Formats: sequence, C-alpha cells, structure tokens
Amino acid sequence: MPADGRPMRRALSLLNTASDLTLRLVSLGFFVLVWAIAAYFAHSSKLPGPWSVANSMVDHIAAGDLPYHIGITLARVAAAFVIAMTIGTAIGLAMGRSRSTDILFDGWLVLGLNVPALVVIVLCYIWFGLTDVAAIIAVALNKIPLVVVNVREGARTLDRDLQQVAEIYRFPWGKRFLKVTLPQLTPYIMAAARNGLAIIWKIVLVVELLGRSDGVGFQLSIYFQYFDISSILAYTLAFIAVVLFIELALLRPLEVRLTQWRL
Amino acid sequence: MTTLSVDIRGKTYPSRTPGANHTALRDISFTVPEGQFTCILGPSGSGKTTLLNIVSGLDRAMEGSVRLTDNGAQDPAALPIGYMFQTPRLFPWLSVLDNVRIVMDENGVAAGEAENLLKAMGLEDVLQAYPNRLSGGMQRRVALARAFAVKPKLLLMDEPFVSLEAPVADRLRQILIDTWNDRRTTVLFVTHDLSEALTLGDRVLFLSKSPGHIVLDLTVDIPRPRRPQDPEIERFQKQLLADYPQLLAGLLSVAREGA
Repeated sequence: MPADGRPMRRALSLLNTASDLTLRLVSLGFFVLVWAIAAYFAHSSKLPGPWSVANSMVDHIAAGDLPYHIGITLARVAAAFVIAMTIGTAIGLAMGRSRSTDILFDGWLVLGLNVPALVVIVLCYIWFGLTDVAAIIAVALNKIPLVVVNVREGARTLDRDLQQVAEIYRFPWGKRFLKVTLPQLTPYIMAAARNGLAIIWKIVLVVELLGRSDGVGFQLSIYFQYFDISSILAYTLAFIAVVLFIELALLRPLEVRLTQWRL
Repeated sequence: MTTLSVDIRGKTYPSRTPGANHTALRDISFTVPEGQFTCILGPSGSGKTTLLNIVSGLDRAMEGSVRLTDNGAQDPAALPIGYMFQTPRLFPWLSVLDNVRIVMDENGVAAGEAENLLKAMGLEDVLQAYPNRLSGGMQRRVALARAFAVKPKLLLMDEPFVSLEAPVADRLRQILIDTWNDRRTTVLFVTHDLSEALTLGDRVLFLSKSPGHIVLDLTVDIPRPRRPQDPEIERFQKQLLADYPQLLAGLLSVAREGA
C-alpha cells in the first residue's frame, strides 16, 4: 500500500538529504580552509583570505551599492530569461512539430548555437546603441538557440494519442496548449530554464562590463581597474549566493510541483 | 433525433511504393438510429479502428461521407461525441476528477456532474488520485466517465475492455449498459469478441477481411437485461455460427465469400 510506504520513504529521503547536506558542508568548509591557508602563505592583496572578502561583502552591503547593483543585474537576468524562454519555447515547439519548419530553420539554429556570445553582444551594442534594450536583446539572443534545442526535443516526443483526445473533445486552442502540450514539455522547459539561468547571468555580466554603467558586471570592471580583489570576490560570491537561492527556492520546488504526477 | 449515416466508398492508405496502396475499407454503408447500440465485429486488420476514426472525424482522408444529423437546430459539426480508445488515454498530469472535468463546460463542472459520473462508476474514493496510480480497470472507468461527461450524441468505443481480466471486463460492461440505459446514447462499439457483441448490442455489423466491408447486418433480438453467460446468448451464438461457420473470419459462406 502506498499509504504505508510513503511516510517511510519520506523519512528515508530526509535522512538522505541530511547526510547529503553534511557532506556538502564538509566539502564547502574544506574549500574555505584551503583558500584561507593559501591566502595566509601568499600574504598578498592579490589573494585576500575568506575573512577579508567577508568583511568587504558586509561593507558593500552596508553601503548599499552591492544590493543595488545585484538588483539591477537580476532585473536584466529576469527580462532576458523570460524573453528567451518564451521565444525559444515557441520556436522549439514549431520546429519539433513540423518537419518542414525544422529543416527550414535548422541551419539558423546551428548558426545561432555557434556564434560567440561576445560577437552577438558587440553587434547588438553597435546596432541598437549602448542601451538596456540592446543589452537584454543580446543576452536573450545568446540563450534562445539553447532553449529551442531543448524544447524541440520535447515537442518531437509529444503524444499523438493525447492530441487526438483533445481533438475529439474539441479543446479550444488555448486549452489544448495549456493542458495537453505544455505538461508534456514541462521537463524539457525546466531543463532549459535551469541551465538557462546559469548561462544567462554569466552573459549579463559580460554585457554590463562592455556597455552599461551599472550592474554587477560594471562594478567588477571598476574593481578590476583598482585591483580591489576583495570587492571582486565579495560581489561574485554574493551574486552566486543569490542565483543559487533562486535555483533552490524557486526552480527546484516548481519542478517538483509540476512533475509530482510522475511519482 | 440524432441519426448517424455512414457511407464510405473507399479508404486507402498511401504506400511508399507507388501503386501498392493499401485499401482498408470498401463500400461501407449503414445508418444508426438514435439510441441504438451497434457493435462492429470483424477479424483483426479488417479496418475497425479505421472506421471509428473516420466516423469520429479524426481521419478525414477518405471517399464518401459521414453524417451525424440532428432534427434540432444544432449544428451537426458541433454535436458532442465521446470516444473510448483501446487504451484509456487519460492525461497523467491531471487527477481523476480533472480528467473528467476537462472535457465538460463550466455549468457541468459547477453542477458536480463529474463527481456524480465518477461516483456512479464506483470511483468516489480516488477523485484526487493521478491515473497512473490506478489499476487498468479503474483507468477504463475514468475513460468511460469522461466519454459520457460530454453528454455525447454519439459514443464510439474501440475494444475498450480488451486485455482486462474477465470479471473486471464484465463489471465494466455492466456499468456501460447501465449508463447507456439511463442516457440512451447512440453507441458504435468495435470488438472482435462475438459473445461481447451479442451481450451488448442491439445490432451487429460483421466486417470482412481487408478491405473491410459489411458481410452481415444482424439484429440481436435477445431481450434485456442480458448476462454474458445467459443460455439464450449462447444459443443465439451457436445458431449463428452453425449458419455461417466462417463468419468470424469475415466470410459469409464456406465456399467463397458471398457478399
């Protein structure tokens, strides 16, 4: 009976995650330790220890610049993410469903996958000016081909039997998409979303470094000019923490919720 | 009054080698009056599923016509149809209740019709369960509830109880007949099981081997309620097979097919 098995399994998985967590913390602690020892022996401003980076982070948070610039970068990440996911899903769906569309755009897709991110960024700034719009377009353009590849894979495996059910019971277009197609694509879209977040925030930093006067990327370029390694690491770690938080607190639970029917 | 008129002159599947097209159905013509339970019986490969797909409108590539006419003013193309496939084809990401509700209009959902149907099928304890946690028999019951949920003018069933254990299948047939009795839906029921056809149907259309056409249009005048093991059904079946020994292979006469 599942009713008897479930609490047991839940307890086991809690135990598992608890021991997993311990391992992760030990690993993290070891990393910080190695870092601290290396910094101690290097005794140089080029490799500040964990303590001075932590101090720098607290200072930047207190001064307000770190939250401000992380907020701006996050807004750009969010905009580029939403645009890339929406457009990429639409194109991927079209290519996965129709063979002729697939062949028609496959060459473009290969091109898009292989154009260096830097080239797209530079061209967008040249064509659209040094604006936020150009920055977000550049980031989205870099990500769209990756979303397309993922969603196309999902669209190719869409269950024809269920499409027929939708046809028999005359689901209107929107219902067919939301209740029949989208749930089948969810695993593929979630995969695209998760690796998308990681790629997008890295590209956003480059975009900011090249053509914006705010955001984490811009701040990093300033501290690079001052050789302020503590601030660079403080910003980096703070931003990584925020991205991990989004991944763990938003994307993972969302994925679990959307795919719970598989259990 | 809703009447189904089927007149298929030919249905061919294109083949990759030119000229080698496969003809699935040929000259099939019949009319089903409202409320009639018609079974379609034929050997495998006789085009039974193809016939249902054409009637349902899923498959429009054929010569001929299928008409569901209604005396009322309603647009025939908008008349609701239920279709129970060989497999339940439930949406695995929706609960049992939502699988039924999804085909209904808002009024039906608000009136609790989905709950009533599922209750009548004995599924009131699993309304919130996901389909893949249910047994095969329970999944078919959900599919049956879904098919009735649209208040169909025509219910199509494609060997819906195949690969179930006999008692489970019997129970489902009983549920089907009870629900049909309540609603008097026009039913087109495909099977390859003669005793199932005689237990359920008012009428049985026997199909030939491919290309399928009707070899015998039989009225089953056994009084209801019927049970699969009723001696009357067994007698009827024996007599039928004595008259047409090759009927289940799709042939009317022993020597050469006559129809």
